[in-house]
Amino acid sequence: MLRYTINRVLLAIPTLLGVAMLVFLMLRIVPGDIVEVKLRGDGGAVSQETIEMERRRLGLDKPLIMQFKDWMVGVATLDLGNSMWTERPVMEEISLRLELSLQVAIMATIFAVLIAVPLGTAAALFRDTWIDYLMRIATIGGISIPAFWFGMLIMLSLLAVFNWLPPITFTPIYVDPIANLTQLIWPALAVGYRYCAVTARMIRSSLLEVLNEDYIRTARAKGVYERLVVSRHALRNALLPAITVIGLEFTFLIGGLVVTEQVFNLNGIGMLFVQSVSRNDFTLIQGMVMLIAAFYVFVNLLVDLLYAAFDPRIRYD
Amino acid sequence: MSIAPATLPAPMSEIRQPSAFVEFCRQQPLGAISFALICVMMIAGIFCEWFSPYDPLAIDFASLLAAPSWDHWCGTDAFGRDICSRLIYGSRTALVIGFTSSFVGSSVGAILGIASAYFGGRIDNWIQRVVDILLAFPIIVLALVVVAAFGKLLVQGIDVNLILAIAIPIVPRVARVVRAAALSVRVMPYVDAARAAGYSHTRIIFRHMAPNVVAPYLIMLTAFIAQAILAEASLSFLGLGVQEPTAAWGLMLSGNAADFYRQAPWMILFPGVAISIAVFAFNLFGDSLRDYLDPRFKV
Repeated sequence: MLRYTINRVLLAIPTLLGVAMLVFLMLRIVPGDIVEVKLRGDGGAVSQETIEMERRRLGLDKPLIMQFKDWMVGVATLDLGNSMWTERPVMEEISLRLELSLQVAIMATIFAVLIAVPLGTAAALFRDTWIDYLMRIATIGGISIPAFWFGMLIMLSLLAVFNWLPPITFTPIYVDPIANLTQLIWPALAVGYRYCAVTARMIRSSLLEVLNEDYIRTARAKGVYERLVVSRHALRNALLPAITVIGLEFTFLIGGLVVTEQVFNLNGIGMLFVQSVSRNDFTLIQGMVMLIAAFYVFVNLLVDLLYAAFDPRIRYD
Repeated sequence: MSIAPATLPAPMSEIRQPSAFVEFCRQQPLGAISFALICVMMIAGIFCEWFSPYDPLAIDFASLLAAPSWDHWCGTDAFGRDICSRLIYGSRTALVIGFTSSFVGSSVGAILGIASAYFGGRIDNWIQRVVDILLAFPIIVLALVVVAAFGKLLVQGIDVNLILAIAIPIVPRVARVVRAAALSVRVMPYVDAARAAGYSHTRIIFRHMAPNVVAPYLIMLTAFIAQAILAEASLSFLGLGVQEPTAAWGLMLSGNAADFYRQAPWMILFPGVAISIAVFAFNLFGDSLRDYLDPRFKV
């Protein structure tokens, strides 16, 4: 098990290196960089010399290969360089906002799984009844409705019903749990809806498949309570494919968060990403892309390890 | 005034064509409904000059933030522009960008997938590595990186780089699925026969293998139109996609729309409904197409 884990971590290195190369080259393929946005953004006349000087200061005048080498050496020592806009370390900028985004993502996951498991199970057990149809309509809505618009609708109804708008400043959970939760529950709901819908659909279809298996018929034939058949024999096996979806969608939550944080005015990773994109802040974009890719690799590994925990047939040696 | 040709009995081949369509509608009633929705959107998008009651760009200071009424079915925005007209023009933007980016992304992805399965070995390995790398990103994140890298390139009022930004994240997703389908085509005797006959690689890929993976390709194409419309709306909402004053659904939700939650909720309601219906229709149509063409196939 340990050997397998170490192997997987080592295998992730070429993937991450590929991500780094791809992003680095993509950002530099087309001329135009942050210096021009920064100095000429307001339409002011700035001499070419000033621009060259600023470029030299940020190290953008070096050959590409040297820039890449510098950056890679930094990454290897967990130093992602300084933001080209705020001049503060990228690690600091990210870690300031990571807590908020991670909390929203985890809350959305808990919410999605808590609702999706019973919902998907009920839909499978009462297949082709009104429960199933209702659930299918609700889940197709979750896939079609954009998370950011759902967030706006939540804001709108909060305003209409309680005349309340979420606060602008972020309160950490260890300072004031209630203020923190009332603020973050809404964005978590907004991004969690899609998550919940996808998971519920997966659980429904995999449970339907499992319920046709021979061992379910055997269990029923020997007189096991139907509740136990479902919870112990069927659901445990049906959850395996669902875990894959839960894991994959967790990384995709970041995509939803990028847009939804804007709606709720939350200063998280998503907001930072959008800001750095509109400012052409190369170092910050690179750093965040690496973070997202590393996160994806980590969650994938976690899913595979969870598989072994849930299914005794799977052994990684 | 001669209508004679229409009264001639149709040749056999023309009779078969509608029956496949009728068969689809009979088997997949939900698919037929979504197809009708898509048709309505396409007609609205193509003929928007005729359907929209107002000019979508016309600023009317006499009716700022007007509530929905008989004059303005969906109300007006902060500049007094008619929201209904902007929605109709917005369907053109959404469909053009959604369709072209999904088409470009799916086609490149399909060719890569087939080539990967056909050549196998080292080429397959390399292509799959790149696909793995690209799959590490949510669609919207990769699209944002491309936007940051390429900036804007307007050709006849359409941002080509925006289409590219949405198409690139689609490529690896389609490549993976099409490769799986092409692997089973690869071992067919007719591919070996074509190789034995000495046909070029290009010819085998395009003439012999591609026609046999059309079903997954079409399914992915429709499903990703939905994703592309969603991505375009999100990017425009962030201010990094379609630019003012072009009418686009995501753009209508961004900027000052949020400042008018209280006075003008219709500014937020209707564009979101339009996005949801469009995404819903393409998702449902893709699902029905999958069930109809290939029931075993799972995206």
